[in-house]
Amino acid sequence: MTLDTVKHATETPDADQPWAELGLKQDEYARIREILGRRPTGAELAMYSVMWSEHCSYKSSKVHLKQFGEKAPENDAMLVGIGENAGVVDVGQGYAVTFKVESHNHPSYIEPYQGAATGVGGIVRDILAMGARPVAVVDPLRFGAADHPDTKRVLPGVVAGIGGYGNCLGLPNIGGEVVFDACYQGNPLVNAGCIGVMKHEDIHLAKASGTGNKVILYGARTGGDGIGGVSVLASETFDSTGPAKRPAVQVGDPFQEKLLIECTLEIFKEKLVAGIQDLGGAGLSCATSELASAGSGGMRVELDSVPLRDATLSPEEILMSESQERMCAIVEPDKVDRFLAICEKWDVIATVIGEVTEGERLEIFWHGEQIVDVPPRSVAHEGPTYHRPYARPEWQDALQADDASKLPRPADADELRAQVLKLVAHPNQASKAWITDQYDRFVQGNTVLAQPEDSGMVRIDEDTNLGVAMATDGNGRYTKLDPYTGAQLALAEAYRNVAASGAKPLAVSDCLNFGSPEDPGVMWQFAEATRGLADACQTLGTPVTGGNVSLYNQTGEVAIHPTPVVAVLGVIDDVNRRTPIAFADEGHLIYLLGDTREELGGSAWSQVVHEHLGGLPPKVDLAREELLAEILISASRDGMIDAAHDLSDGGLIQALVESCLRGGKGARLVIPETAGDSDSAAGDPFLLLFSESAGRAIVAVPRSEELRFTDMCGARGLPATRIGVVDGEEIDVQGQFSIPLSELKELHEGTIPGLIA
Amino acid sequence: MTARIGVITFPGTLDDRDTQRAVRVAGAEAVPLWHRDKDLKQVDAVVLPGGFSYGDYLRAGAISRFSPVMETVIEQAKAGMPVLGICNGFQVLTETHLLPGAMLRNNHLHFICRDQKLRVENAETSWTVDYTSGQEISIPLKNIDGRYVADDRTFDMLEAEGRVAFRYLDGNPNGSLRDIAGITNEAGNVVGLMPHPEHAVEPLIGTGRTDGLGFFTSILKKLVNA
Repeated sequence: MTLDTVKHATETPDADQPWAELGLKQDEYARIREILGRRPTGAELAMYSVMWSEHCSYKSSKVHLKQFGEKAPENDAMLVGIGENAGVVDVGQGYAVTFKVESHNHPSYIEPYQGAATGVGGIVRDILAMGARPVAVVDPLRFGAADHPDTKRVLPGVVAGIGGYGNCLGLPNIGGEVVFDACYQGNPLVNAGCIGVMKHEDIHLAKASGTGNKVILYGARTGGDGIGGVSVLASETFDSTGPAKRPAVQVGDPFQEKLLIECTLEIFKEKLVAGIQDLGGAGLSCATSELASAGSGGMRVELDSVPLRDATLSPEEILMSESQERMCAIVEPDKVDRFLAICEKWDVIATVIGEVTEGERLEIFWHGEQIVDVPPRSVAHEGPTYHRPYARPEWQDALQADDASKLPRPADADELRAQVLKLVAHPNQASKAWITDQYDRFVQGNTVLAQPEDSGMVRIDEDTNLGVAMATDGNGRYTKLDPYTGAQLALAEAYRNVAASGAKPLAVSDCLNFGSPEDPGVMWQFAEATRGLADACQTLGTPVTGGNVSLYNQTGEVAIHPTPVVAVLGVIDDVNRRTPIAFADEGHLIYLLGDTREELGGSAWSQVVHEHLGGLPPKVDLAREELLAEILISASRDGMIDAAHDLSDGGLIQALVESCLRGGKGARLVIPETAGDSDSAAGDPFLLLFSESAGRAIVAVPRSEELRFTDMCGARGLPATRIGVVDGEEIDVQGQFSIPLSELKELHEGTIPGLIA
Repeated sequence: MTARIGVITFPGTLDDRDTQRAVRVAGAEAVPLWHRDKDLKQVDAVVLPGGFSYGDYLRAGAISRFSPVMETVIEQAKAGMPVLGICNGFQVLTETHLLPGAMLRNNHLHFICRDQKLRVENAETSWTVDYTSGQEISIPLKNIDGRYVADDRTFDMLEAEGRVAFRYLDGNPNGSLRDIAGITNEAGNVVGLMPHPEHAVEPLIGTGRTDGLGFFTSILKKLVNA
């Protein structure tokens, strides 16, 4: 085969090109020809196809994502915003924290172990590329029905992949979620988040500046894995009749990544790089074009100098390969020797593959012949923008009219008791220890809180005890009922979880998982959810610093529930003041904070007891969320509470069971005559236990602190209702039922191993 | 002058910085040692920390034993220098034959991370003198290749000579024969165990217990009294 050089492309304008097979649309191909003034070479076509894919270009979503910038609240903590590898916030004492959540959904369904493993690897390199030492990871996961045979294939593979890769990197896994729902059967959601810490002066950006500076590719050799991962895999709907897409999934080597981390941190320490970018989706195409596009000059790359695992790879394949564990750095010529020496120390292969040039072109050569000559911005930052049509689905009204309040409720105390047991034993509410015990949560020796706590928390300074916390949440059922409100509820829950641990919520990252953007109904869900999230971030003062969009999560016509997963990062001045969820001390008083209303739409109760999804999700009151958070943080700082647990899916009873099991102590509950300002649930044990009203938490207050705590709540106007006391070895709801902790423990902990192990 | 305790970093070592911290918390000086370097920098004792050295793609610890630093460690250990191998470090010590037996994949085939209760069976080694014989402690356990095996003759010898240093309590987490969590050599200077004492040296961090600190105060006591 002759090499398709720029010269050859100019001479053969009418040659047939496989733009459709590479996932490009006809008008996109026409635009490439217009930009270049000729047909693209094979290598150029490969680059545009991956960089203009939905996954890399956000072409369907960016008109909506703009709101995160436009509505960004004033926030002095923001150091680096959307657009870089990850956002960076100031957490005080000279420290900066970078964090982000990403998806690796499609690969993880095809090849669960490698898909999930490389998802961890990718997000960790994003964080590393900002100049930070990665300090923790979290994994929000969603699978099909827990008892479906395919879940037994996907889940253990995903969990082993996350563990196999993350454990080998030495990063504590401190949080995340596991949710089961039939809507994720063919489209599991495997999201991965990472937190990194650095000093302000260590922030690095992805740009290539300074004519004559060298472009160094370092890390693993480039192989044939993951070719077209972003375009072929992540940007199309699964078609059950199509060919297996396994070759598009990358294969990870965590040992290589660990070396890459330590090597890169040493390089940062000696201040040897002018710009840096990790190689993830779209591989070298992405790294070279983004670095050049963000920089001041052009770039020249000798592609044949790239170290290969497979010598037969074509230039197009090298440009598209998504081989893992690679980074690309821009280094001043006099620092190259030292850079290469550090790589040698860590047994990391490093190669100078090009340099920053004076012009404004990205030029790539293959054995001396030019195969790419493009304006880098046109590849990296000026991809197509779609204003996709969107419309509220016809079925939305009927769904919302199907009110969960009409569902039959327990007729007596025995039935109420039975439903409590059913709820805590349901896979969604059951203990996830079988999964999280496969992750190392102790490594690095800074883990203060990890799952099943409300948020994960790590200490970042051993002398001052400064710490950061992160929680991720998302409820696809709520979001299906009302995308605007559902996205806000996801944020509210993560925000509340961070505050319940005693940390102050600071900033947000999100992973927006939706169906096909080509479906106007899905696009409406996306538009509503992003609008809701942007509005709520503005109100709560927590800016979105970056994130990821995953579309095409659907098989055939059936999309997943719209599932925005929201991560909130918080800061705590002294980790000694952190609040755990465990009710561990007998005699402490249990207070319910917030209002309990009749809110059952999308609830765990409606799912577990009635397999029902309908009505409206709980109302959002962001002012109340802010007040609740302030109270939780103050109470933690001043030692007024010994435990706190947010109320979300499963309502009060679920939170109570978790806090009691965690602390190994029971509780006696009295159904109060009032439950906050609203009295719709007053005196009603069923609603008190199962309603999912937002803006609530339970806390354990030592008797000596009761007056001080209730005075504070009273003065600030937060309803605080005393509902019981930590006591005994059972959960006893006075006048209703009692359940021994041992029985709850067996149900709560036995479910997942029983289904999956 | 306090004791100098070396902590080796192999490529793929993960708990080196944690171990250095534990050494410091106990009041000793932590000295980082590099796998390519034969020089032990005149340390008084060495810890081989946990992790996945060289990725453990072949067999846990199998490649590390051939590293330059291990040549000196083996030589010095035989001459009586205290050596502690934690998790991957224990695996390396069995590969070098400083300790008998071998480690297989956990019987349930999964990585397991949990708080693990142990009984200190031998409180006379260089690394356990600050415990009492029969003392029960809880420290984190985290591994995938933690199933300790040996032949019956080795077991009988270990038991007879009091060389089983730690045993799992309240449930064997990985199928280790005779519930063995850690062992010592005959002289008591070389100790290996699968659980991680370095993750249990500060209140609030990890499990919130400090049951692991005794390993590091033990060696300090041993070295200072020596």
